[in-house]
Amino acid sequence: MQLNWKVGGLLLGLVFFAAVWLVKPIGVSTQFVILDGIVAEAVNPGLVTQTADSFTSTNTYLAKSGGKYAKAVSNPLNYSFVFVIAMMLGGLLSALARGGIPTADRQVPTLWRANFGDGKIKRYAAAFVGGFIVLYGARLAGGCTSGHMMSGMMQTAVSGYIFAAGAFAAAVPVSLILFKKEA
Amino acid sequence: MTTILLALVIGAAFGAVLDRVGASNPSFIGAMLNLTNLNLAKSILLAIGVGSVLMFGGQMLGLVDVGHMSVKAAYAGVFLGGLLLGAGWALSGFCPGTGVVAAASGRRDALFFIAGGLLGAAAYMVTYPAWKSSGLLDAVAGGKVTLGAVPGAKYDGLTALPGDILGLFLGLGFVALAFALPERLNGAPAHAQPAE
Repeated sequence: MQLNWKVGGLLLGLVFFAAVWLVKPIGVSTQFVILDGIVAEAVNPGLVTQTADSFTSTNTYLAKSGGKYAKAVSNPLNYSFVFVIAMMLGGLLSALARGGIPTADRQVPTLWRANFGDGKIKRYAAAFVGGFIVLYGARLAGGCTSGHMMSGMMQTAVSGYIFAAGAFAAAVPVSLILFKKEA
Repeated sequence: MTTILLALVIGAAFGAVLDRVGASNPSFIGAMLNLTNLNLAKSILLAIGVGSVLMFGGQMLGLVDVGHMSVKAAYAGVFLGGLLLGAGWALSGFCPGTGVVAAASGRRDALFFIAGGLLGAAAYMVTYPAWKSSGLLDAVAGGKVTLGAVPGAKYDGLTALPGDILGLFLGLGFVALAFALPERLNGAPAHAQPAE
């Protein structure tokens, strides 16, 4: 199922290049904040307000950097948000075109099953907790694997190297401890 | 409207490629991070290298707009946040981009990852003022800098080396690293490797 690493890496590199050539470097994790903002604004109107020349928010984080996040919340039809929706479409079509993902693997991935059994609740709980830590960390760092590590290191950004060092310094030991059995 | 069209095309291509290289499959992420199958790491290194060579090469030939570069600031929180992301990445097998693609391709556990992620992002939005006042978000090493100053870019260089030439060579270095990295670093091969 997995493409040969050379073909896959070349295609992935071409996508990252196309993004910075035609628009700007790829990034994803900010859009979790934007979606949170959209939901919060729907529940509690007035979170984001328009100013004379831009947007601001009662939330300090949405209001920072001249209100660029507040602006994206008020106008979800912007490049970065649509980009993530398109990623979902592309991923879905690609998965369907190769016959879809087996039902069992959709619930509990094989490597997890080999180490922790096929209980769904345990796997879903781990994914939920993992998601919380990943996005809290990504926002603290100011980017994720796409924006900091791949786009950043590709541009020789010092921050990209610092991020990658931190990410792998934690990820490899945690994975070695958790996943001792191979799938 | 053109930018929205580009978002659709590039975004869809990115999602499809993440699916095909196996990055949205938690088992492949786990096998990379526990060092038993580094094929995905080789793909990532090659991608960074290819992207770098094309971008800096294109800039030097005048075909790529240097103004499209977007460099993030360096601060202590980048490392700390990286540690957190790494731990959660290893536990769940997803990062923000691959989690979204995995959920769309039918993985149920990825829906829980996204729900946790939305809560984590919201928690950061609420706790942001405390981080801001802690000083951990203050720029270090010059903040928004590249390893060498890139001609025409608005970012300073960490060193006095020419940033575009350095970027080109580092890109080639990443490509070489992708080829040099063995398929596994941890333990004996589980099965015979096919001859190249």
